[in-house]
Order: sequence, then C-alpha cells, then structure tokens
Amino acid sequence: MTTPTAAPTPRGWRRLPVVHQLRQSVGLQRVMLIVGLVLTGLLLLSALLAPWLAPYGYGQIRSADTGPFGAQQPPSAEHWLGTTVGGFDVLSRVIWGSRTAVLVIVIAIAASLIIGVLLGLVSGYFGGWLDRVLVVIADAVYAFPSLLLAIVLAIVISGGQSSMIGGVLAAALSITVVFTPQYLRVVRAETIRIKSEAFVESARVIGASNGRIMFKHVLRNSTRTLPLIITLNASEAVLTLAGLGFLGFGIEPTKAAEWGYDLNRAISDVTSGIWWTSVFPGVAIVLTVLGITLVGESLNDLADPRLRTRRASADVTGDVAATSVVPGGALTAPGGVEGLEPRTEDGR
Amino acid sequence: MSAATTTPGSQPVVEITGLSVSFATDAGNVRAVDDVSLQVAPGEVLAVVGESGSGKSVTAKTLLGLLPSTATTRGAVVLSSKDGSTRDDVLALDQAGLRRVRGRDAAMVFQEPSTALNPVYTVGWQIIEGLRAHGKISRTEARAKAVDILRRVGIPDPEHRIDHYPHQFSGGQKQRIVIAQALVLDPGVIIADEPTTALDVTVQAEILDLLRRCRDEFGAAIVLITHNMGVVADLADRVAVMYQGEIVEQAPVRQLFSAPEHPYTRSLLDAVPRIGAGGAHARARAAARPEGWADQAPVVEARDLEITYPGRLRQPGFRAVDRVSLAIRPGEVVGLVGESGSGKTTIGRAIAGLTTVTGGSLQVLGVEMNGVKERHVRPIRHRVGFVFQDPATSFNPLLTIAECVAEPLVVHGRARDAAAARSRVDELLESVQLPRAYGDRYPHELSGGQRQRASLARALALDPELLIADEPTSALDVSVQARVLELFAELQERLGFACLFISHDLAVVDLLADRIAVLHRGRLVEEGTGEQVLGAPREEYTQRLLASLPVPDPVEQTARREAWRALV
Repeated sequence: MTTPTAAPTPRGWRRLPVVHQLRQSVGLQRVMLIVGLVLTGLLLLSALLAPWLAPYGYGQIRSADTGPFGAQQPPSAEHWLGTTVGGFDVLSRVIWGSRTAVLVIVIAIAASLIIGVLLGLVSGYFGGWLDRVLVVIADAVYAFPSLLLAIVLAIVISGGQSSMIGGVLAAALSITVVFTPQYLRVVRAETIRIKSEAFVESARVIGASNGRIMFKHVLRNSTRTLPLIITLNASEAVLTLAGLGFLGFGIEPTKAAEWGYDLNRAISDVTSGIWWTSVFPGVAIVLTVLGITLVGESLNDLADPRLRTRRASADVTGDVAATSVVPGGALTAPGGVEGLEPRTEDGR
Repeated sequence: MSAATTTPGSQPVVEITGLSVSFATDAGNVRAVDDVSLQVAPGEVLAVVGESGSGKSVTAKTLLGLLPSTATTRGAVVLSSKDGSTRDDVLALDQAGLRRVRGRDAAMVFQEPSTALNPVYTVGWQIIEGLRAHGKISRTEARAKAVDILRRVGIPDPEHRIDHYPHQFSGGQKQRIVIAQALVLDPGVIIADEPTTALDVTVQAEILDLLRRCRDEFGAAIVLITHNMGVVADLADRVAVMYQGEIVEQAPVRQLFSAPEHPYTRSLLDAVPRIGAGGAHARARAAARPEGWADQAPVVEARDLEITYPGRLRQPGFRAVDRVSLAIRPGEVVGLVGESGSGKTTIGRAIAGLTTVTGGSLQVLGVEMNGVKERHVRPIRHRVGFVFQDPATSFNPLLTIAECVAEPLVVHGRARDAAAARSRVDELLESVQLPRAYGDRYPHELSGGQRQRASLARALALDPELLIADEPTSALDVSVQARVLELFAELQERLGFACLFISHDLAVVDLLADRIAVLHRGRLVEEGTGEQVLGAPREEYTQRLLASLPVPDPVEQTARREAWRALV
C-alpha cells in the first residue's frame, strides 16, 4: 500500500495489533517500527532455528574431526566470531543465547500478564477493601529492585545450582513479580474508566451478571495499552537475565547459552585486546532490547492520534459528503435506506 | 486582494473568499469546508448555522488560524482591525503575525467555559495576560482595565472577584469571564463557537443578552456559530446556513425564517421542535384512554423519594433528589424536565437500579427500591428498558450492532447466543427502521441517529413495560432528532409501554409526554399535562424557564425577550 487514502475499515488480519499499526504509519514512525520489527523477527528466527543456524552446540568445545577448538581463538573460517576463554564457539553461543532470552521473555510476560490482568480487572471492577489491599501490595513491590529479587529467587529456585530451568525461571519470575503490579495498575485504571461508561451501565440495566460484564464488556476494552507494556516488559526481562548472568547467578555454559554469562567471562579478555568475546554477546543484548523497544515506542506513538503523523496533502482534496449528515436522517435521503451506500464501500 | 465588494462607507471586518479546508485523517483526506465566501460588517451579528460535520466550526477556527497541523487550506481570510488601519490574510500569516492579530482583531469565545479557563490562575491574571501580550501596559493600569471589563460583563463586586479562581464562579459567570477576556482588547470581531450550548436555558438567556450588549456597547461584530435556531432568532442580524462544507443560503434573519429559499434550510426549520405542538396529540391520547385507567396500579410510584450522594470526609452529602412524589401509570409517557443538577437523571437511574435510594419510597413494578439488593432487582430487569443519552458510548465498541441488540436476549436466556437471536434482532432493527444489514456493522460505523435507533431496539428487545429514556436526543442534530422522536412516538403507540422521558428541552418533552414534571434543585416544582405546565405555568420557576427559551422565530422572539426582561 503506497498511499494511506481510501482505506476501508480494516477487517480480518488487517485488524491485528501490529499489522494494523504498520499499515497506518508513515515516515520516520514507519521506519522505526519496521527496524524494530526486523530486529525482533531476527531474534525470534534465531531462537526458533538455533539448532540449524548455529555451527556448533552451545556447550561444544571440540569437534569430531579437528579436535578441541582452542581458547580465545580470533575469528577464522572455522569460528567466524572466534572462541571464548572457555573454548566455546562465540557465534554458536550468541545464536543459542537468543533461545534462552526468548524463553525468559515468554515465561515472564505470560505469567505477569495473566496474574496482573486478572487482579487488575477484579480490583478495578469490585473496588472496596480488596482493591485497597492489592494497590498497597503493588506499591510495595514497585519499591523492590528486580535484580535483587532475581538473585533471591535464583537461590530459592535452584539452590545455587545454575541449571537452565533454574536460571530461566529465576529471571522470569523475578520479572513477573516486578511487572505484575504494572499490569494490575494499567488494567485497573482502564477498568475503572470503562466501568462508568454507558455501555457497561447498559449491560447492568439489561441484567447481565458481574462475570459477563467483566469479561465480555470490560476486559476486551481495557487491553489498549497492554502491547506497549509487554514490549517494555520484554526488554526488561532480557536485561535482568543478562544482569543475573553477569553477576554470576546465570546458567552454566554446559546447560544453556546465555549472553550475560559470556560477558562476565569476557571481562579479563577486554584488557588483553581480545574484543570478540565481549562485543558479540553485548551487541546481541543491545539489538534485542533496541528492537523490542522500537516496536513498543512506535506502537505507543501510533496508538495516540496526537502523536501519530499523517501524510499531509499538498492541496485541498477529499470528499465532503463522507463527513456530513443527511437531512432528516437516513430515511429521507434520496432512495431511502436502500439509497445509502454502506459506509465501508463509499470511500470512508 | 479580494474580488468581493465591500459595503459602502465601512469595510467589512472579516472577509472570507473561496475558503476550502481539508484534513488528513487515517481514512485519507476529508474536505470539511468547500469554497466558502463570507463577509462580516462592523457591528453585525452573523450566525453560521448547520449540523455537526457541516464545517461551521472549522470555518470559525480558520479566522484565528487555530486549525491543527493536519489541515490544508486554500482561499483568503482577511481580517481588518477595528479602525481599519491594518488588513491581514490570516492564512498567509506566520506565527508572530497570528499572535499579533489574535485578540486585537478577532477574539474567541469557546463552547465550554469550564475548560476555557485555566483552573490554577485567578480570572484577573488570565484577563491581564491577554492585555500584556499586546503592548506595554503597567500592572495597575491592566488591573484597573480588567476590573472595569468584569463590571461591564456583569460580574458583581469585580474589585474582589478579580482575585478569585475559576471554580469559585458559576457556569454562567465563567462564560461572562470568557467573554470579558475576549472583549478586553476591544477586538473588531468576536467569534462565539456554540457559546451557550453547555449552559442551561435560563443562563443561556442571560449570556445571549450579554452578547447583544457586546455589539451595542462595544461595537464588536459577532460571528455566532450555533446549531440552535432559537439562539439564531434571538441574536443574529444575518444568517449563513452551511451544509456539507458549503454555504447553501445567506439571508437577513427575518427573511430566512419567514421565507427560506434552500430546501435544506426549510427542512432544518421544520425539524425544530416548537412548544405547544404536542398539546393536541396529548389530548387525543387522554381521550382514547379506557374507563378506569387512572385507577390502575402505577408502574412506578415514588413517594417522598430522597437520593443523597455521600459527601467526602465528614462533609454533608449532596441531596440530588429531595422529597419527590411521582407516579407513572401503565402506557403513560411522563416527561421529566429540569436544568443540569436538578436531579432528573438521578431519578431515572434510581428507577433502573443504577443509583441507591437513600430515603422515602420508590416502587418499580412492585419492587421497593429503597434498600433493595441486586438479587431482587434482577427479576424485573427484563421489564425495564433504558435508552442512554450518548449513543456513541452506550454500545460496546468491540461488538457488532446485532450482538449488542442480542445482549438482553442472551442474558435473559431467550437465546443461546447472538447468532441464535439473529432473527429476533433483525425484526427489532426493522421496527426501528434500520436495514438488517446494519446488524453486522460496528457501532462506530453508524451515524448518531442510527446508533440511537439501535439503542432503542436494544431497550425494546424484551418487550419492556417501562422505558426510561435519559436525554435520548440531546446528542443528536435537530433533523435527526426529529426522526428519532417521530419513531419513538410511533413505537410507544404500537407497543404501549410506559415511559419516563428525561430531557432539558421543553419543546421535545412537549411533543411526546402525556404529563410533564418540572424539577428544580431536586424538588418537583410543577406537574401536569403539557397544556397546563407549558400553557399556563403556575410556579415562578416554570414561568422563568419558559420565558428563557428562545423560539425559532425572530419576530416572536423580540416580543418574548421583552417579557423575559420584565420577569428577571
């Protein structure tokens, strides 16, 4: 689609959150969104296809034909991005690392989304003492640094053992604890706003039960800002996982690849001029966070009509009839009701 | 500069030539104004009338260069200063030029006075800010000027009130202050965009009087943007009728009302409800009632009904409804009129069980609502329908119209889901004269009038014995309102439900209601048939309310204005 004109009311797949915004965007906002989507897409692809993309396994230090890789080897034909101090292939570790990162993102988002949205909905809809208690707890959790929480959880979950599941769950659950209050607050605020809207009152007058009103009328209308929080949440999850690994609470290299751990091991390399062990995992973290943040930022701007840029027209153009009313209502229009074109077809 | 001719002797303060405006929207470019040419002579009141979407507000905003950045304009809008020394084309001015012109040559009075004033500054500061933005003036001099202008717009005790904040004034006083703000720089033209729409009728009459004085005492021309034909008849010298972005007719006010030329103007004038039009209808209905009808058990019976909203932190609560006694018999339409804050909506909501009753007794279909539990209200829910004021918000935006209309059927187990209820929904849509295909559309794809008809279909889905209509037409344009009211009367006749019709518009209530109840500050002031209440009001408040209502006839309105002056 080259021009945004004459777009009919989107239907079907075009109404999906990201696709709809992509079609709507122009100029710099569109570039930002596309860059973000491409980076995020690369992350997902490499996570999905890691076994086929990576030349070696994440814990592999020797190949069957050539023997051990050797430690701190510079980039070469065998090892495109060199090897680490532990003798792992950097490229393979970076690719496999995306799998761990995506796993943490998915678990963290799924857990905090479900808990936060449900609590927010109940809290906002019913109010009263339950609402007050939940909000106080949420405020208390806000004051908690997520990394500290993650360290505590890492110890509790894995007892100091750094297995893959342990490391992933520690990062994901600490993120869940920190982010649940955000979902709760956002959904609660939206619920309170929507609760007083006329269509919810009309459902009450009809006699619909609380459950029906909550899930059919309120929940679906209060998810507007969630895509933005989800993206913020995702980048925060990646950073926490990397931070944990960097502090030494990460996953052992034989259990899974993890960028933070690799960075930690590369500290001593930096001073001895070995750049490839730190740069590539670092770049992977930066690009992941950047990609997700760009998507989030653009979605936020596009969702707000005041921030959304539109292609300005060079001259006064457009159809007048589309905005105006028909005198006497639709029925006295020429041809009566049948004479009226459906609005989706008359160029709106 | 312009090809248009000027009135001999004085050149026009505003001269619009061939103005076109279009906006870039998500759905492509939309043209709002199409080749409009207008002139405003000094000291003249020009009313620009039209329905929503006709481009009247966009035209007005162009005069001050207030269009958003998505707008593209063509043509010329020439503003002259009051003494005729400068002439500027607003469309060609840069930001600095616009700042110079705004306030000095043209000033704006906004629709909603409560949002047009900044709540954190005193009103005096806000008036003085305008003065200091245009040329050097000393603090004491500016303050003296501000006090003077406040006195002239009718703010009592301006020496003290100048240091008060906006929230310490009433709605009408706030609008006076906004007008003072516009007048203080002595502009050649004041643009008043729906200046009385947010105000009650009695306050509206006072503001219209003040605007007339703006012209007489300050010599300012006024461009009045409005959809209210009564306001036009009261204030305007000349009228321009806009439709679909074009001016379809321009004429002096008396000529426009007595001999409208364009068919659109004619249909617009015909659609305006007039007081006294419903008398015959109500009489015929009363005569057709069977013997013993008045002895039937009422559908709704309120006795000394009291509703108090709890106050905050030990402050006394606000009593919205104060000892109101009212009965609605089966098949009867009772109109409830009053100004904002009179408690009319609260009564409607209490009958629907949306607001708690705090005192007295309210019987709805045999259920006592005072202290009732939701459990006991639910069985009568299907016998009560409710039509909300704003059709734009009373539908769940994510459901189609058919799903929305089917909702009551599904909730009460008449249908398994929306698809199973579809045949009944189609029937309902047809009964409110909407084509079946509209059921598959989303609420935002329908116009206001269509949505309100769908809302009516939803309220009638379960064949209710009682319908509560809370200002069902106040968000609609007059021509659409006329259609919806007609439909409403027809359905009531056919289905015979009892109805509480809540409105602030006396003429609308008069069209439909068998009996009218007038509320004032939570109390029932007067009750009776339309002919009794509106024809020969006994209470002083009702008389004032009636006298304040401008009628869409300039000749009659002039006489009424004198009567109103005598009453106030």
